[in-house]
Amino acid sequence: MAAGVATWLPFARAAAVGWLPLAKKTMPKPPVDSSSRSDEILYVNVSGVRFQTWKNTLDRYPDTLLGSSEKEFFYNEDTQEYFFDRDPEMFRHILNFYRTGKLHYPRHECIQAFDEELAFYGIVPEIIGDCCMEEYRDRKKENQERLAEDTEANELTDAPLPPHSTPRERLWRAFENPHTSTMALVFYYVTGFFIAVSVIANVVETVPCRPPKGSVKDLPCGQKYELAFFCMDTACVLIFTFEYLMRLFAAPSRCKFMRSVMSVIDVVAIMPYYIGLVMPENEDVSGAFVTLRVFRVFRIFKFSRHSQGLRILGYTLKSCASELGFLLFSLTMAIIIFATVMFYAEKGTKSSSFTSIPASFWYTIVTMTTLGYGDMVPKTIAGKIFGSICSLSGVLVIALPVPVIVSNFSRIYHQNQRADKMRAQQKVRLARIRMAKKGTVNAFFQYKEDRVLGDRDSDCTALCVKNRSAFEHQHHHLLHCLEKTTNHEFTDEMTYSELCMTESVGFRTSRSTSLSSQQGATGCCPRRARRRAAMRLANSTVSVSRGSIQELDTLHIKPTSIPQQTRSSLNAQAGDLKLNCGEHDFTAAIISTPTPPANTPDESLPPSPAPIPGILRNTRATAYTHDTFKISSL
Amino acid sequence: MGAVVGTLTMQIKQRRPSTDTADDDMEMTMASHRPEGLNQLEAQTNFSKGELQVLYRGFKNECPSGIVNEETFKQIYSQFFPHGGKEREHACAYLSLSLCSFYPAFFSSPADASTYAHYLFNAFDTAHSGSIKFEEFVAALSILLKGSVTEKLQWTFNLYDINRDGYISKDEMTDIVRAIYDMMGKYTYPVLKTDAPKQHVDAFFQKMDKNRDGVVTLDEFILSCQEDENIMRSLELFENVI
Repeated sequence: MAAGVATWLPFARAAAVGWLPLAKKTMPKPPVDSSSRSDEILYVNVSGVRFQTWKNTLDRYPDTLLGSSEKEFFYNEDTQEYFFDRDPEMFRHILNFYRTGKLHYPRHECIQAFDEELAFYGIVPEIIGDCCMEEYRDRKKENQERLAEDTEANELTDAPLPPHSTPRERLWRAFENPHTSTMALVFYYVTGFFIAVSVIANVVETVPCRPPKGSVKDLPCGQKYELAFFCMDTACVLIFTFEYLMRLFAAPSRCKFMRSVMSVIDVVAIMPYYIGLVMPENEDVSGAFVTLRVFRVFRIFKFSRHSQGLRILGYTLKSCASELGFLLFSLTMAIIIFATVMFYAEKGTKSSSFTSIPASFWYTIVTMTTLGYGDMVPKTIAGKIFGSICSLSGVLVIALPVPVIVSNFSRIYHQNQRADKMRAQQKVRLARIRMAKKGTVNAFFQYKEDRVLGDRDSDCTALCVKNRSAFEHQHHHLLHCLEKTTNHEFTDEMTYSELCMTESVGFRTSRSTSLSSQQGATGCCPRRARRRAAMRLANSTVSVSRGSIQELDTLHIKPTSIPQQTRSSLNAQAGDLKLNCGEHDFTAAIISTPTPPANTPDESLPPSPAPIPGILRNTRATAYTHDTFKISSL
Repeated sequence: MGAVVGTLTMQIKQRRPSTDTADDDMEMTMASHRPEGLNQLEAQTNFSKGELQVLYRGFKNECPSGIVNEETFKQIYSQFFPHGGKEREHACAYLSLSLCSFYPAFFSSPADASTYAHYLFNAFDTAHSGSIKFEEFVAALSILLKGSVTEKLQWTFNLYDINRDGYISKDEMTDIVRAIYDMMGKYTYPVLKTDAPKQHVDAFFQKMDKNRDGVVTLDEFILSCQEDENIMRSLELFENVI
């Protein structure tokens, strides 16, 4: 039943007449309904597509935009209609919800677009009808997974080191992300090499070698060159132990690390060696010792850190656990049934290989998986009949869950591919953004130049402003006001960094670039020079300032993330960023300006007390009200 | 073995469609109904054309087939009295949200409006066809909302007279009153006693049964109601519903 409560309410109220003669007390006064009861047609114009509906239809859901007085904000007096600048295709579904009481999710639409429309019109997505709810939920979950993956991927790979990273954090990051530094990469490859060496040694150990002189029997190589293999094994185990201990030390949460799968594999891989060292050469325990050597093969799982494909496979198996479980369960059932049947069918014959039901298990498994070794063969007719049924059904039972697992694997694999592609595209995106940023910066400088020119020569202004929209004008004027307020000026990153480089004392690294004189003719050079002199300390500890300034524009994506590769000196800028930006979501490039950030206590900076760097940063940041500008220019 | 299981399930599946088709046939015979023309309805009832249009649009939206059977009727009526029992599963979430604001205390009480709805249905279904068509619906509403006092009282008498014999016996009245009390549910203030309906009936029967013959006739009913000022006044309450 659709939720047309409003439709039936008059009927229910009329039916209340039936209670009146029986009423013990007097009835309360009815509510006065002053609004006109006559129904009228409303016109709703959504991006040019005109919809018409009864007012009553919209009034059915007073909690939504269209049902409440909120729609009056969109009323256009001239055309006597409600105008919404939204997608008319989606609006169709929204309006149908009012008409029928059921919200349907159009399958071809993007789930996020749909959600946004619902949010705009004030409709809760839970109202989606049963027919479309499953599809909606699936798509939504998929989308959220994808977003989570993307953010995770972003954080992991390109996540910049926090400026205050302790060696421990750096070490952990190097382990998790070998591409961040060359040392980590070297270590990564070395461990990979040693894993391979260890595994190959384990394998070759058992190959029969030519016997030593004086003996006839073939010896496995492991015994012939026992010392060599022992040395190799020791070396590998040392490396693995060292790696494990380093990881354990660097792990942010040791308990969690110790419980993780990879750490367990690591431990299992190196344990046998130590146990072998400790254990005495005892006859009784040598059997157990041999078993332990088997665990050395687990070292091959260590490769999963190096291979993404292995990780995907492992993840797929984990996510298909239920299907695998079902497969196993159904196979077990089938095996037991058929083994029993075969046993009893073959019971009579002499010299039958089906000696017991567990013995028949082997036959059933071999037959169901269509292996057919032939070591156990039914001889009676009944046995043969049941044997053939067994092999036929085996194919079916195994074929059933496999497509599910395959589709799962395919989905996860494609998701991974997508993540890699996104990472590659990220670089292109950054480059594009940088270019756009440069464009806006240049526009602002152009504006300032024009203003100056305009001050001198009023004719020019008319020509110069021709290409700028009113919005740009106002924006530039705003930035200009900010400059005047703080008595600092904007400049571009190149100028800033160059000036930093050339004028700072004792800076560590420098990427020398030519000093560009693109500074806008403002005639305040002396002021600037003074400021720049004081600013040299900015880079006294900056080693990759260029990179960091450039990477500041990545802040536009996530204002809360810290710029990449910022060293401690640029912490001030990061801190100021937080001060200035708050929770704003910048959507465009960022300009940073030369200011004396309070980085290190440097005697060259005139009014600088010498407190602890951390505190210094913050206090200085507030002293110069806008030390570093982070502006968004659209 | 998989093949065995597969064939078994196939068998079960094949058996089901046969029953489904039987249901389908039954539903097909319940044809949809179209009401008479607007002009005729306007002549027959006290509603204006515009009011009839609004009424029909709502009616058609809810019941596209044009008729309301008793189950649907009960469901509709039950939506206004939040209650437990079987009706609860059918009430849609949004509806209960909006009603929650009106009857917060009642929301979890296991009330039951189906009995009263049953009597209402019989009162609406003047043709006794087992379903209410739009004409019957509108006719009853016309009496209830725009009729004269006498007509309203007559309609109410018909409602109370369950077996349509022209007399309201004490049992019938007790049934009605109990049905009304059922709509209240369990959680009331003061707590509902089990003999409250009976007491209620005794009081009113005494008032209405003038000649003490154990039944109430139409004339007695109308007369006693007209004497009661409260009833007279409250009969005008629901005039502006549409």
